[in-house]
Amino acid sequence: MGKTFHKPLALSDQVTHYCPGCTHGVIHRLVAEVIDELGIERRTVGIAPVGCAVLMYNYFTFDFLEAAHGRAPAQATGMKRVRPDLVVFTYQGDGDLASIGMGEIIHAANRGEKITVIFVNNAVYGMTGGQMAPTTMPNQRTTTSPFGRRVQEVGMPIKMAELLAALQTPAYIARQTVIKPKFVNKAKKSIKKAFEYQLAGQCFSFVEVVSTCPTNWGLTPVEAVRWAEETMLPYYQLGELKTPE
Amino acid sequence: MSKVLMKGNEAIGEAAIRAGCLNYFAYPITPQSEVAEYLSRRLPEMGGVFLQGESEVAVSYMIFGAAAAGERVFTTSSSPGISLMSEGISYMVGAQCPAVFVNIMRGGPGLGGILPSQADYLQATKGIGHGDCRLLVLAPASVQEAVEMVMTAFPLAEKYRNPVMILGDGLIGQMMEPVEFPDHLKTAPSNKDGWAVNGMETRKSDRRNLIRSLYLDPEKLNDNNLILKAKYDRMKKEEVRFEAYNTDGDYGVLIVSYGTMSRVCRTAIDQLKERGIEVGMIRPQTVFPFPETAVEKAARKKSCRVVASIEMSMGQMVEDVERAVKGKRPVKWYGKCGGDVPTPEEVMTFVTSLAA
Repeated sequence: MGKTFHKPLALSDQVTHYCPGCTHGVIHRLVAEVIDELGIERRTVGIAPVGCAVLMYNYFTFDFLEAAHGRAPAQATGMKRVRPDLVVFTYQGDGDLASIGMGEIIHAANRGEKITVIFVNNAVYGMTGGQMAPTTMPNQRTTTSPFGRRVQEVGMPIKMAELLAALQTPAYIARQTVIKPKFVNKAKKSIKKAFEYQLAGQCFSFVEVVSTCPTNWGLTPVEAVRWAEETMLPYYQLGELKTPE
Repeated sequence: MSKVLMKGNEAIGEAAIRAGCLNYFAYPITPQSEVAEYLSRRLPEMGGVFLQGESEVAVSYMIFGAAAAGERVFTTSSSPGISLMSEGISYMVGAQCPAVFVNIMRGGPGLGGILPSQADYLQATKGIGHGDCRLLVLAPASVQEAVEMVMTAFPLAEKYRNPVMILGDGLIGQMMEPVEFPDHLKTAPSNKDGWAVNGMETRKSDRRNLIRSLYLDPEKLNDNNLILKAKYDRMKKEEVRFEAYNTDGDYGVLIVSYGTMSRVCRTAIDQLKERGIEVGMIRPQTVFPFPETAVEKAARKKSCRVVASIEMSMGQMVEDVERAVKGKRPVKWYGKCGGDVPTPEEVMTFVTSLAA
């Protein structure tokens, strides 16, 4: 009996440090599968964020550049402009992309940089211990919003996919999730499409992935999935928000 | 090679191209925006990469990304913009990526002014970024020298796998002087396959490269810092550059001055000589590494009674001068910092007051 299922070649043998119920493991795998299928490992450079995935370069087998917090799209811009033949992607969390990195992501998208951005949205700052993020839901308790996110004080959560889709430059902008098996294939399809747009040299590509963070939400992995489905998915709606065509 | 009359900023841009650097990311800021304006036209002509970034913060990281991909790249900015690049530069030092940063200094602190200053000396030589972070810093005193320094900066950055800074000022950026682009300073980029993230296919290798500055293990971080320190120590041994002026004979006052200010001092020295007053000068051409030995030696001349650090700041290089002189002579300071360049007369008045 032959092998019907195996670890993607683009993933290393390193055991990950992620928490039980964390979606990074699934998203990493989807990215690796796409890279395997497209056969681009040898010309791909990943740009790692500051966040729980700060050590993601340990889990992949190809070239990686560590980014400063929020600056990955700028680093990707510099790299892709001088080496357009490389496949360059960033992988960023909510603090990284939607807070400190807001300027960099909007301008990279607006310039139409031919890079791919994977945005892991779990409504909280994971690595630093659960502080409020720009994507934190109204009334959601975090370590810096102990009484719940007070919308009158700090505003509503930011819908990054919609924000970027509103730019006039053609792009591929999608939002998916991996919190349940029924959503995972769609997520992979979007991620693959995103890389394919880059390979065609066509446009900026962005896939937001609604994710869970049981540890910092103070929930079990199963409760976390339920909370994400009930609270996040109605607000962060799934689908392809924009295609370049 | 023929001489052309060029504005400093434009000559700096052209010098990078002559050095084989065809990649430039930058943000406009007075008094150096002409570099971007010049290169926005010139680089596409050369098949190079020009991009105006959205901020100096973003630009510093574009530089990092391009350098990490193994390409020669540079940027220019001015004081407040360099402050914004501080974090990015620290990252590049920690990750050992080469690039060239040019600071056309203007008045500060804060929004300051748009006229020349030398008030980023401490920033450039001691505090360019957090951590044990040093840059090799070259300080030109003319447009010609700026051209030559830009051209040597790229191989130096690659030699050390560390960013190199050209510390100029608004006068050098704005004035027009005759320039000859030296052929002999052209160097091919070094092979970066040992460390660059330029794709395994490019390197024809199955081994991937990783560029980072995070070392959570304290021993590994210390090891990285030992590597960096060894570079700085090597710079101190191999890269000191300075010019001595009127130091062969006796002199009562030794001036230490760099960049535009040193040219004014040179005129003052020449005019004082006519009056029978001898003044010597050590002009650092590298401010990191600082020419400590040269300054100490020149200060210890028997005839020399006092050393003066003359700079367009409220006294920054004076600390390095004091340290070099090791208390053997009194060290004084003279400067202005609003954007006016002190005149030769002002320098002469100050120097004669010392000699008295």
